Formats: sequence, structure tokens, C-alpha cells
Amino acid sequence: MSTFVREMRGAYAFVERNVNLIKRYWGWELVWLIYSLTNALAITYIGNGMGAISGTEIDTQYVVTYLLVGALIWQYLSVIFYAISEMIAWERWEGTIEYTFMAPVSRPTHLVGTTLFAIGYGIVRTLVILAIVAAFFRLDLSGANLIGAVFMLLAGSVSFVGLGILAAVLPLLYPERGAQMTNAVAAILLLISGVYYPIETLPGWLQRIAAASPATYVIKGMRACLLEGESTGTLLPTVFLLIGVGIAIIAIGLVIFRYVERYAKKAGRLKRSG
Amino acid sequence: MRTPALEVERVRKVFVRKDRTRKRGQLLRKIKKEEVVALNEIDLTVARGEVFGVLGPNGSGKSTLIRLVSTLLLPDSGSLRVFGHDVEHDPFAVKRLINRVSVDAAFFKKFSPIENLMYAARLYGLEATSARVKMRKIMMRLGLKEETFANPMEHMSRGMQQKVAVARGFLTSPILLLLDEPTTGLDPHSKRDVQAFVREIRETHDATVLLTTHDMNEADRLCDRIAIIDEGKIIALDTPAGLKTLVPSKNGDETTMEDVFLTLTGHTFEEAEAEEVEGA
Repeated sequence: MSTFVREMRGAYAFVERNVNLIKRYWGWELVWLIYSLTNALAITYIGNGMGAISGTEIDTQYVVTYLLVGALIWQYLSVIFYAISEMIAWERWEGTIEYTFMAPVSRPTHLVGTTLFAIGYGIVRTLVILAIVAAFFRLDLSGANLIGAVFMLLAGSVSFVGLGILAAVLPLLYPERGAQMTNAVAAILLLISGVYYPIETLPGWLQRIAAASPATYVIKGMRACLLEGESTGTLLPTVFLLIGVGIAIIAIGLVIFRYVERYAKKAGRLKRSG
Repeated sequence: MRTPALEVERVRKVFVRKDRTRKRGQLLRKIKKEEVVALNEIDLTVARGEVFGVLGPNGSGKSTLIRLVSTLLLPDSGSLRVFGHDVEHDPFAVKRLINRVSVDAAFFKKFSPIENLMYAARLYGLEATSARVKMRKIMMRLGLKEETFANPMEHMSRGMQQKVAVARGFLTSPILLLLDEPTTGLDPHSKRDVQAFVREIRETHDATVLLTTHDMNEADRLCDRIAIIDEGKIIALDTPAGLKTLVPSKNGDETTMEDVFLTLTGHTFEEAEAEEVEGA
């Protein structure tokens, strides 16, 4: 059997395992979907009521679309981030971590399988939410550059795969609290990346941190495509930048993961209960 | 000369435990570090095809040894080789040759046995159709009923879960099988099923078995040689018959493996059966 076939089977193990987790924890999945959906609706209704809140006339349609794009893109990116960062946490919860780490599967293969699932799951989930939200608001995407938006989204996914790998290190280092720490990482990204407001509204020091977040560029680029109809050519430098930064983060993430895995094996931290 | 299945040379493993308790009146926690020597420069060689037992009381280092061979721990010093492959420097070659069954049947509890075993099969690069046939065959051989194959594992008894764990261990046809207290907590019937299967595998598949157990009779019946380990050191290593000659018989009764264990370690049988402490 060729190494490639064996590695592909190994990668598929993680896709199938995650699909099975969704099937077996469908109630949890439903609750999480309802939470995400109501969250997206609530945020978008803020835009809808902005005129009434401020007592001034505003372009409600623009504000609603602005917020909705932020909510949906964040929904997609955070799904990728969580799916990858939880690749270790799930094994910790279920107690299978030693068996997975004992198997002849390389960490890049582990990552490829988890990423394939994460992207597929993120797209399906985001489309379901979009379809439901579209029934509540009138969305005008007639002038949008949808092809550019797809490029931007895929380029942004690369960076979030890398961030997910970096966050996945936490449950390896901290068996009891590592998974919760990844929530803090996601919350900080949400705060600084201009998901619901322009980053210019942040204090100067936070704006400087925002400049280092890949999500800032993805969301800005997506809004440029969907709200302003920006051409794909204009967006290409940002797309290439995101891919480049994403590859660099993945490479750094894998090096750090390898180092931390070795440390965990030295310190005896792979054990089921930690 | 055939390459031994396992060579362990001067392996030492120390764990550092941190005590973060805060005394009354103290604002900051003082972290007290304590070193626990799990394995203290042990040497052993397991020949190909051998069933090698490791007996030891609670916290003696048995599970640490199994985890080191499984590539889940790295030694502080010394080396371990599986069929000539160094565990630390060539872990992928080692992983392809081994599998492990541990005392805790660790599974995705909401998955069915088939889903759990298919996950393991894919991780080891097995082809799905033949793996499915093989896993059914092994589970049925172990006495599991076919109607349970698709039910969530959480609905199965501890004994049934452990049998699925044994099936997972054998599914990948390892040539070195690491059995870490595989029958602890099983009812006598399930224990017998598992022991019979281990014997069968050894006879039909040219597999080498490294077995840790608290069941002295199990060690006596299954193992070709036994190492008794205490406080991280091997204190005796011989065939079951050889070990029994080390301890004089009492009241004219035949010396049992339990007599040997109690005399050499000074620990009670109940202590040995207690749960393993962390890291050891």
C-alpha cells in the first residue's frame, strides 16, 4: 500500500469521525445552530432598529447587510477555528487521545482531515443560517462580486486553519482548561477584527492589534465584494497576502504543535485524565 | 539471531508533580515540586513470539513502561527498540508494528463499536471493506452479539466495552501487542474469553505480547516469562516456574505466583489490585 493511500485513509478517519460526532450529538448540534442563528438575527436587528434608536435617518438596508455579512463570515471563520482547535479537545473529552496519538498518522495528515471537515461543515452551516436569515431581511446582493467573495473566503480559511492549529496546542498543554482558553482566543479575534463595526472605532492600541488579525482583512474584503461590488483584480493583493500569511501561520503552528507534543510526551500529559 | 521484539536498555522515567495548595493566610500559592521515579534504569528483552508478563504493585511503573513502548511517553534516559526500531527516533515504524489494550476502554462513547473500530482501522490505513469483515469476525469470536455492533458503546457493560477494546487492539494485526491490565474489572466469563483469545492469537499470528496484570493466575497461565517490578526496578525476572523456586512453599502447599509476588514485593494483594496512580 502506498504511503499516499495510507495517509489519505488516515485523513478520512477524521472526516468520518467528525461526521459521526454530529450524527451522535445531533441535539447539541441543533442547540448550537439555534444559538448561532438567533445571534445572527439579533445582531442584524440592531441594524434594522438603528434609525429608531438614533432618531436620525440612516441607510438601514446598508447597515443590515453590513452587519449580516460580518455575522455570517464570523460564523464561518469561527466554525473553522473551533473545529480545528477542538481536534485535541474532543479526544481529551472522550478519553481517546492516547489511541489517536499512538496510531501511525502524521500530524499534517491529522490536520488535513480535520480541515477538510471544518471547511465543508462551515460552508453547510453558514448556508443554512443564510437561508433562514434571508427570510427575515431583504438582502440586496445584486451588485455584489460573488466570485471575489468566494476567493476572499477561501483565502481567509487558510489563516483560520493556522490559528486553529495554534489554539489546538492549548488542550495539549493544559488538559483541564485548555479547551476553554480557545474561547478566549476566539473572543479576542471577534473584538478586534471589525466583525460588527469598522476597526477605526477601536482605540489606537487595539487598532494596531487588529492589523495583525487575518479576520480583519477577510471581513473587510468580503464587505468590499458584497457591499461595494469591488472587482476581483483589486482584491487579489489581499487574497495573496491572506494565503501567504495563512501558510506561514500553518507552518508555525505545526512546528509549535510538534514541539508541544514532544513536551507532552516528556511530561506525561497525554494521559487520559491529564 | 532474530531481532528481539522489544529491547529496553537502562530506561529511566521521572515525573514531576506540582503541589499548588495554598495555606491559610498565604496570598500566593507556593508550588512545591516533587519528583516521582516511575522507572529506574530498567533493562529487559522480549523475544519474538513470547508472552512477557509484567507484575507489580500499584504505582510500580508497569503502565509507564507500556506507554513508553507505545510512543506516548519519551524516556529521560536509556532506549527502547521495537523489532530494532528506536521508539524515540523512529516512532512511525514502531507505531505500525504495535497496538495496545489498556485497562480503561477509551472510546467515543456515543459511537457504536463499528464506528469506533472503523475510526481505528482508517487511522491504521486499513481498507474499509476488509476491515469491516475482520472487526465483525473478531468481535463475534470474543463473544459479542451482532445486534450490539451498531448500538452506542455507552449502553454496553464494562466487560463488553473491554472486549471491543481487545478487538480494536487485534484489528490492525500488530506483531507486538501491549496489554495493560486488559482483564481488570471483567467478570470471570469475559476474562476467560479474553485470555483464550490472547492464547489463540499468539499461537496463530506469531504475535509477541507484553502483558501487565494484577491477576497472578492469569500471568502464571499466559506468560512465558514474568518480570516483577517494584518502585520502578525489576526485582525478579524468570519463567513462572523459575520464579516459584525463589519462594519456599508453605505448609507443603505448592508455591503460587501470588506467594512469589507477596514475598518479593512485600505488598498485599489488595494494594496491587488498587487503581494505578497517575503517571505510573
